[in-house]
Amino acid sequence: MSTPVVELANATKRYGALLAVDNVSLAIGTGEVVAMLGPNGAGKTTSINLMLGLRSPTSGTARLFGMDPRDLRARSRVGVMLQESGVPGMLRVDEIVRLFCTYYPHPLPPAQAIAMAGLQEKSRTLVKDLSGGQHQRLYLALALCGDPEVLFLDEPTVGMDVEGRRRFLSEIADLGERGRTIVLTTHYLEEADQLAKRVIVIDHGHVIADSTPAEIKARVAGKRVTFTTERRLEETQLSGLPLNSIQLDQHRVRLLTNQPEEVLRELFRRGIDVHELEVAGADLEEAFVAMTRHEVPA
Amino acid sequence: MSAVAARVATAPVLPMLWEQARAEFRKLLRVQAFSVTSIVLPSMFFAFIGLGQAKEPLFQGSSVTFGQYFLASMALYGVANVMVLGFGISLANERGQKQDLLMKSTPLPPAVFFLAKALSALVIAFVSIVVLSLFASIAGGVHLTASQWLTLGTRAMVCSVPFIGLGFALGYLAGPNSAPAVTNLIYLPTAFASGLFFPLQFLPQFIRDIAPYLPLYRAAHLVWNAVGVPYNDVRDDWLYMAGYTVGFFLLALWAYRRDQGKKFN
Repeated sequence: MSTPVVELANATKRYGALLAVDNVSLAIGTGEVVAMLGPNGAGKTTSINLMLGLRSPTSGTARLFGMDPRDLRARSRVGVMLQESGVPGMLRVDEIVRLFCTYYPHPLPPAQAIAMAGLQEKSRTLVKDLSGGQHQRLYLALALCGDPEVLFLDEPTVGMDVEGRRRFLSEIADLGERGRTIVLTTHYLEEADQLAKRVIVIDHGHVIADSTPAEIKARVAGKRVTFTTERRLEETQLSGLPLNSIQLDQHRVRLLTNQPEEVLRELFRRGIDVHELEVAGADLEEAFVAMTRHEVPA
Repeated sequence: MSAVAARVATAPVLPMLWEQARAEFRKLLRVQAFSVTSIVLPSMFFAFIGLGQAKEPLFQGSSVTFGQYFLASMALYGVANVMVLGFGISLANERGQKQDLLMKSTPLPPAVFFLAKALSALVIAFVSIVVLSLFASIAGGVHLTASQWLTLGTRAMVCSVPFIGLGFALGYLAGPNSAPAVTNLIYLPTAFASGLFFPLQFLPQFIRDIAPYLPLYRAAHLVWNAVGVPYNDVRDDWLYMAGYTVGFFLLALWAYRRDQGKKFN
């Protein structure tokens, strides 16, 4: 393989007592669309910051196009959308886009960057008067200005409504199909699934999985089954069921599984008295609990 | 691969600087609380304090009028005000909104960013001098020879340079909420104690004792001298200004590195 676009080698980042990223090694090649998935505080943003040279690893190395990521030559080839950054409110959209175009050696025409982000109608609006979703679109326009080889998108859909999010994601998917390398972070499995060919799951600063969205989905618990019982349930009564996790709390039972039908059939067959039954999609936090239990013995 | 290798690696600096300076200028101008006050305030002080006694001699037997003295004072007050408050508060605000993170993620060299900020502030400072000069000569009948106008304008602009360093340092040392208070608290009293509003001989002794060490006092000597107040030691004043320039820029660099170290390490 040629030089990876992005490379972390045994990268560790410590903030005082907090270990934000713990000995992470990964490489991302040209044209890959990669989602970094994890709950809040998992180390996704810190990983992106290391890749971009916005933070220096406490130990290990980070490389961008084989260069120090702080090198302006490396930075001239990437576009970045950061969840935490601010933008000057007293400039108009077209003014700030035109300004950012001058930062890059081979920029897009400003009007094209604005159009790609779907902000044509707002191009004369002061940045401070944009809505939350429009702000995100402006960040996308700024990230696209330099016609970057790699796009880094940190939680790009935060603050967007459902429709805005859908449109935004399809635009990102388009960019990926046209050969751009994209690294995005998200805490929605569906978002990762929709966009990426490769999902890197991060939890507590560790990479706990790195594979296709299909494989990840198979491994995380997709459904949550909850019910109450008259008499307190014993864990042994559930043995042999295809469960990722079991939580028994007085008379309330919470199960995480990928095969809810199988689980229910077996519960009824064993004659367990099930009341107030609910089956729902598990949220990511729960899914991770299930996943980490398999990967890292506590 | 050769086509890729032939592509230049970073953008040319001059167009970047030009657009950045224009953007910084727009930002300053559109914050009217800043732009209007910086441009109008010196003229307003002139109207309140200078106008009534513009034709009087500065003191018994002086060849310099109060109007000339106060024009020079306010020209300096105006330019230094733009640097300390404009530069300081805008930088502190931008840090508070994490705009520095956005800029850091781009290939914009930090030197271009600061130069652009300084250039845009110098333009506003120049406008404030022009407005004040027109006001003082038309409404106050203040008279200067052509070479005095030129010397005053040049010296006021040159004397604003160390205050760019001071504004820059305050922008990195003060928090976004405390920046307006901190900068005003430093700037207003030193302007007063340097004799910009009333000649030093009318001020209490302890102020007269500390004044010679204040950068605004040294700068004031140079602008007063430009309108005809005779001093035999302006060489010393230039040396002091050079010293303050170096000192403030070193302080600014230290404050900048300290801030960057906290955020991007």
